[in-house]
Amino acid sequence: MQDPAITEDLIAAHGINADEYAEILNIMGREPTFTELGIFSAMWNEHCSYKSSKIHLKTLPTTGPQVICGPGENAGVVDIGDGQAVVFKMESHNHPSYIEPYQGAATGVGGILRDVFTMGARPIAAMNALSFGEKDHPKTRQLVHGVVEGIGGYGNCFGVPTVGGEVRFHPAYNGNCLVNAFAAGLADADSIFYSAASGVGRPVVYLGAKTGRDGVGGATMASAEFDDSIEEKRPTVQVGDPFTEKRLMEACLELMQTGAVISIQDMGAAGLTCSAVEMGDKGGLGIRLDLEKVPQREENMTAYEMMLSESQERMLMVLDPAKEAEARAVFDKWDLDFAIVGETIAEDRFLIMHNNVTKADMPLSKLSSSAPEYDRPWVPTEAPAPMEPVSAVDPIEALKTLISSPNYCARNWVYEQYDTMVMADTVEGPGWGAGVIRVHGTDKMLAFTADVTPRYVKANPIEGGKQAVAEAYRNLCAVGAKPLATTDNLNFGNPEKPAIMGQFVGAIQGIGRACETLDMPIVSGNVSLYNETDGQGILPTPTIGAVGLIAAGEEPILGRAREGHMALLIGDTAGHLGQTALLAEVFKREDGDAPAVDLLAERRNGEFIRANRDVIKACTDLSDGGLALAAFEMACASGVGVQIDETDQAMLFGEDQARYLVACNFDQAEALFIAAGQADVPIKSVGRFTGNTVKLGGSEASLEALSEMHENAFAGHFA
Amino acid sequence: MRAAVIVFPGSNCDRDLAVALQNAGIQVEMVWHKDTALPKGIDLVGIPGGFSFGDYLRCGAIAANSPICTEVTAHADRGGYVLGVCNGFQVLTETGLLPGALLRNAGLKYICRTVPLIVATTDSVYTRGYTVGQQIGIPIAHHDGNYTASDEVLAQLASEDRIAFRYAENPNGSAADIAGVLSANRRVLGMMPHPERAADEGHGGTDGKAVFTSLANAFAAA
Repeated sequence: MQDPAITEDLIAAHGINADEYAEILNIMGREPTFTELGIFSAMWNEHCSYKSSKIHLKTLPTTGPQVICGPGENAGVVDIGDGQAVVFKMESHNHPSYIEPYQGAATGVGGILRDVFTMGARPIAAMNALSFGEKDHPKTRQLVHGVVEGIGGYGNCFGVPTVGGEVRFHPAYNGNCLVNAFAAGLADADSIFYSAASGVGRPVVYLGAKTGRDGVGGATMASAEFDDSIEEKRPTVQVGDPFTEKRLMEACLELMQTGAVISIQDMGAAGLTCSAVEMGDKGGLGIRLDLEKVPQREENMTAYEMMLSESQERMLMVLDPAKEAEARAVFDKWDLDFAIVGETIAEDRFLIMHNNVTKADMPLSKLSSSAPEYDRPWVPTEAPAPMEPVSAVDPIEALKTLISSPNYCARNWVYEQYDTMVMADTVEGPGWGAGVIRVHGTDKMLAFTADVTPRYVKANPIEGGKQAVAEAYRNLCAVGAKPLATTDNLNFGNPEKPAIMGQFVGAIQGIGRACETLDMPIVSGNVSLYNETDGQGILPTPTIGAVGLIAAGEEPILGRAREGHMALLIGDTAGHLGQTALLAEVFKREDGDAPAVDLLAERRNGEFIRANRDVIKACTDLSDGGLALAAFEMACASGVGVQIDETDQAMLFGEDQARYLVACNFDQAEALFIAAGQADVPIKSVGRFTGNTVKLGGSEASLEALSEMHENAFAGHFA
Repeated sequence: MRAAVIVFPGSNCDRDLAVALQNAGIQVEMVWHKDTALPKGIDLVGIPGGFSFGDYLRCGAIAANSPICTEVTAHADRGGYVLGVCNGFQVLTETGLLPGALLRNAGLKYICRTVPLIVATTDSVYTRGYTVGQQIGIPIAHHDGNYTASDEVLAQLASEDRIAFRYAENPNGSAADIAGVLSANRRVLGMMPHPERAADEGHGGTDGKAVFTSLANAFAAA
């Protein structure tokens, strides 16, 4: 087959602009071949190169005594003591999920699981943070069903428990849903596998499923805005096979035990291209590939197609040649392909041969390290206008509106479609703060949470960025876990617009400050830009995934409120109503500023909760919906009514930060008051858990009726 | 007592089942699906949950035709004990060791949650530790748990007291609320709920533990 001629249209169709093409000509010293153009486009698109974000990401705190490996590898690695490490990352699969929700979401889960087991870790927990358009938008219901089924279909078969996540709805996501998938794995701290190749003349081995034409150009697709040609992009979405992924995981973990693996890299975005370049670049080596040796499931595939295919469940590794037979036997056992497709070479060269014809011959280091990097123009987000007054509403009526809304009703319809208990170590599944699992065979536990409040980030990117980290911190503290580290999944609109870039820069500043002060460095992450349709961007959505540790001998805080328990509020309440759930859901308003985040107060109050775990019987953080919603959720989860004495609307529904609601008996409360006095932590009694009603100020309703409303609303909206 | 837990390439509750058996004091060996013999002296074969071969065809259909399943059937024919949980139950119906079949859930969605079960018989080594009519909470996690069988088979199961567990609130459309059934000799049990997920304090419930302790006690007494 004749390769097409390199024309301006062809270059533009690869998402390469005039300046970038000039740089390509400069690097190559000649016109690139079709395959080379494809490789440049795969490596230099926004999704793979982080060209708009890199300069800002560099400012984030990424180190700490607990960090074994920060950003730059497939996933971050964090020490959890006893020679063990937790390996985790969050990654988006937004564009594909909007085009083809089931497969888009499924392969998002597959990709993140691969990132984790590539490092030598067995996946032990998953989460997902989902953002959809408004309930009545014609696409929303179909997307909700497809995405949730896709996540379940993949994760359930693979066999990893889903222990947490988020689901939100907002018109800003009508044209771009967000699917952010998180996975964490467990590994021995001294046997982590990295991607840097080493040694010249070593075999490059292809592992896993065969290569097809699915996903060709996927990463480039994910680096552009949508318009009405979206249906035509369906073939760029990959198809997942979780059964193969499960076998690939088992085979890789077995293979790693043999000592055969010098370096390993999963084939994710831009498949063979990105994985080979990554291994070569990190190891300062060149790579030669002979494409006719690549296991293929379709006939007559071209070099271009093979290099850009995003077929799933594949890995590339550099093999210790002495261990070849042993390595092959492992893949035979699991009935997976094992093919030597090339070798490492000394020169800085990415040499792609296909049936002895040179299809690409380029300087490898220029593809990754020298990828374009932009300092895009940005403008700071303007301070929001002062908030209009908020009229009074009956607190129980407001609560009913909240708990029956798509955003604040119970998510059981969603998470009951996920296996939340496989591996039999789930201690706290989704639906109540952070998810908690046991570290198998030990007394340690790990806690997981994913958080962001996009309304806040839009109004005030810096405070909103801080808040996302602070909320994750609180969710971990509320179960008694010490926050360890963070992964960030930064979803924004078109970075070429200075206002959007301003949101990005502001959010990064906020996230960085919060991670610094709360000592939860960023160890991995992902940036998803161009989440726009017809020029309409999403709400800035920097999802924060965080992991905490409950050490051996420490009790988690997993209890529920009991009849007669006191309701104690930890932290200061000023009654901040700007950008609250109350405004958004009850008054259909999104005005005012985001709540300010006092990071030192966050830290002090979080440490207080953890230090006093023995007298705290139940705990939840206060976030959207403030005291009122937290009190209801605790009552609902505990099956006991609650009476909150406060009557002021701003005090009930305000979303001031650094706050927790605690339940305990009178004696324990006394001890807490004393401890709070010593630690300079604000504490006050706000009511009691009692009876079978929810009472807010002077208003009251049956807990059973409210609970039913809360639990059935999601199915009512979307089933 | 000695048990073998079969491992198919897509099994994902194999470790969970092994741990629950071990915690009851039962010795466990893991057996790969390509093996052509069970370890000597095995009393019980456990077929775990998961997606044996991806279950892209009928759940358990390929697993039922794997080399080891010939041995499992021979073991059962010799009067050996077999416990199939979730996908294991599906495999047992596919091998014909248990009657009936598991269809897609009536609501068409995968369901994972703890559901109330009624213990319908205590006349088996698996259910002796319960009382008849006792309500227990055990997690389910399946897409295809909708038990079906002909009217004659259903009548026979009832008249022979071979229904081990029934759903108190039928989650998946199963005929006669059936969650688990026994073979005619009462030594093969297939059940969709996962007792191994409610077997220690950390699980938040221990209602499934008696399945394993009953087994261990039955053999200790023998």
